[in-house]
Amino acid sequence: MLRVENLTVKFPSRFGDVTAVEDMAMTIAPGEIHGLVGESGAGKSTVGAAIIGLLQSPGFVAEGSLQLGETNLRGLDQFEAHKLRGKRISMIFQDPQTSLNPLMKIEDQLVETILAHEDISVKEAQGRAVDLLEEMGIENAAARMQSYPHQFSGGMRQRAVIALALCTNPELIIADEPTTALDVAVQSQVLDLIRHLADVRKVGFMLITHDIGVIAQIADTVTVMRRGKLIENGPTAQVLGQPKHPYTQQLMGAVPPLDRKIARFPVPEDVDGLETSSKGDGAEAWLLGGERQDSVGLTLDDITVQFAGSRTSIWSKPDPFTALENISFDVRPGSVMGIVGESGSGKSTLAKTLTGLVKPVSGAMTLGGTNLPGGKARSRHHPSRQLIQMVFQDPFSSLNSRHRIGAILAEPLWLYGLVEGESSRRDLCLQMLSLVGMAPEAIDKYPHQFSGGQRQRIAVARALLARPKILICDEPTSALDVSIQAELLNLLKDLQSAFGLTIIFISHNLAVVRQMADDIVVLRNGSIQEQGPSERVFDTPTADYTKKLLSLTPVMPRVWSS
Amino acid sequence: MLDFIKRHEGLWLFSRSPAVIIAAIVAVIIILGAVLAPWIAPVNPYDLASFSLMDGLLPPMWEEFGTEKFPLGTDDQGRDMISSILYGARLSLIIGIAAMAIATVLGVGLGLAAGYYGGRFDAVAMRIADIQLALPAILTALLIDGIARGILPPDMQQNLRVTVLTIAIALSLWVNFARTARASTFVQMNKEYVQAAVMQGQHPLRVMFVHILPNILGPLLVIMTVDLASAILLEATLSFLGIGLPADSPSLGTLIRIGMQFLLSGEWWILWIPTLFLVALVVSINILGDFLRDVFNPRLR
Repeated sequence: MLRVENLTVKFPSRFGDVTAVEDMAMTIAPGEIHGLVGESGAGKSTVGAAIIGLLQSPGFVAEGSLQLGETNLRGLDQFEAHKLRGKRISMIFQDPQTSLNPLMKIEDQLVETILAHEDISVKEAQGRAVDLLEEMGIENAAARMQSYPHQFSGGMRQRAVIALALCTNPELIIADEPTTALDVAVQSQVLDLIRHLADVRKVGFMLITHDIGVIAQIADTVTVMRRGKLIENGPTAQVLGQPKHPYTQQLMGAVPPLDRKIARFPVPEDVDGLETSSKGDGAEAWLLGGERQDSVGLTLDDITVQFAGSRTSIWSKPDPFTALENISFDVRPGSVMGIVGESGSGKSTLAKTLTGLVKPVSGAMTLGGTNLPGGKARSRHHPSRQLIQMVFQDPFSSLNSRHRIGAILAEPLWLYGLVEGESSRRDLCLQMLSLVGMAPEAIDKYPHQFSGGQRQRIAVARALLARPKILICDEPTSALDVSIQAELLNLLKDLQSAFGLTIIFISHNLAVVRQMADDIVVLRNGSIQEQGPSERVFDTPTADYTKKLLSLTPVMPRVWSS
Repeated sequence: MLDFIKRHEGLWLFSRSPAVIIAAIVAVIIILGAVLAPWIAPVNPYDLASFSLMDGLLPPMWEEFGTEKFPLGTDDQGRDMISSILYGARLSLIIGIAAMAIATVLGVGLGLAAGYYGGRFDAVAMRIADIQLALPAILTALLIDGIARGILPPDMQQNLRVTVLTIAIALSLWVNFARTARASTFVQMNKEYVQAAVMQGQHPLRVMFVHILPNILGPLLVIMTVDLASAILLEATLSFLGIGLPADSPSLGTLIRIGMQFLLSGEWWILWIPTLFLVALVVSINILGDFLRDVFNPRLR
């Protein structure tokens, strides 16, 4: 049905044309779900945009043929292309929050789209809209579609978006990261729906994603891309199960498995990020030296955190919103504590409480046996400011973009009075950069000159330069590609075993947490569902919620049936 | 050269927008003229001995009765127009830049602190800003002028006119800076690099000025250029209304006020030439400000 041959997309820039996609080929049959995987910058979304004719200006299709059924997509003029979009090809975007108009009722958005493509009465269009939403699994659709998008939950919104994409009976739907913004439970519902539509309606899907688990779960065929080029394609089980191309093999090796803990990830060789073979012995000696590095534990005793709720009356105080409720756990010295939970479970609030950015309303924390005050009660000079360091989720905002790497790294050194003298600080920073696998030239560059993975390494280096005993990692890999994630996890494991760091590792990704954690806490809506040794919780979960989370996470079958 | 231009986004955009290039040339010529006025102006208009009433009301040199001695004509006192304009632009620019600098320091400082601390401090600072907004600049200027006249001995008043005017203009401009700095700081406060600095226990002043300030400079630079134009206009308005500079040390606004009296008696150049000059200066600064905004805000491109 869809046939793409030697597609080349170029973007003119002031340095000449940049080739974003080169010599791409793929076919999608009716009812087929075709996965398009690749790391960031691989050109996945550009392929989708080229097919639907919405390439971001000034990009253009330089070469190749795009054929949908009998229609040559490249031969269409603007008007014909406009009619074809929505009618024969639809698109589902990543974030259902932004792809629906917040000021229009769901019904009006559906009816508007149906009427734009078909000459039927408003009544008929409304009937169609109700049927569609019910098909998407929204109960009582006639009443629910009178709501505005913000009144829908995330999963319902994505269903409405899919209904919107389907309401003109398209032959092909391009889904660009349709489940990336959703929690696992909702993700699995949306994936089931997509599978159902492909089977029943015979719609072809092009599923663009970086999540190999998702592809493994629902795609029939898969295309692997890298740097705008096609690497490997074929049936999913064959490409992912017995990858032929070395890049695909490396990629598969870097995906953390959910069903077992592996000691180290095989690291792809030419992944961007790793730039040096020197080990940074000086930094290692410095971290180990000084006072003996005893590992330090952390305990939380009955911590409750509340925020001001939304005001419902001008007379009464608003009810507080409880973000964390009676949280108690013990982090053993030198161990890795994994904290998992879906969005809104209070994971990040927990990190902020530990670092003193948020004040608990009740409960106590101790650091290595001494009391750890929370919130503003923790002074700027409290020793824990140095002992607890944090690696943040977003490497693009956790480094000050106007400072050079050298200045960013040296900050903890003079702030805590660890090293005297400009030049000795600089030497140590250089050593630390090699320890985290960065080239020494990095010290005079600015953060924007590095990729996400490299920035996250710099963030780890900054945290280590405070000589911490506890390192809090809040979703440190969720913004990174799998191969870079594998490298960073290796780095954290090495550092942990070398320096006896106590790590608190927060993530929504169960597979990643399993690779890191010794103990685990499962959070939901601010309260602990289950806690215990990590392997025990993963192998024999006791809480229903943990079981549900584990069963819904997309995994790769251990043995592919070929 | 071409490679160098291509490597710098701003220069590249600059080289492709003719309006901006013209504005930049006009602004540079006017500013150079103002800076070099003591050396290039034919006479010193502040020196009463250098002109004579006999030369009064001469038209520009291309008109009938015009002479080459006074290329743009003279005013009723016999003052050379081009010299007056160059010196006037000099005064206007000094007052404008000084007022803008004071407003920047005051507004950015308050805005940063309001955004950083939030809560009560923020509420109080922003209410003061609201009150300031409700007072027209002219009223502020009159108020300060009045106070200065009241408390200063008469012989100091004359020397202080420029200072009073500058402070009055600065006071009516700082609110823009405070609001922008506060809003941008709020955005930065949610960024993880700020949280990292706070978490490490860095001094609040360091977080504000070393970490946050460099990241909000973009919008502030834009406001600085736009407000420079406003400051110059405000000075012209105040001088035109007679609250500003006296006739013996004319700024552009004072020249326009003097010219007003001759508008209907045929001596058009006394009004029109300084007015055109002021318009050219303000418009070109505004175009440059718009251009800077585009450079700093990729979404508007």
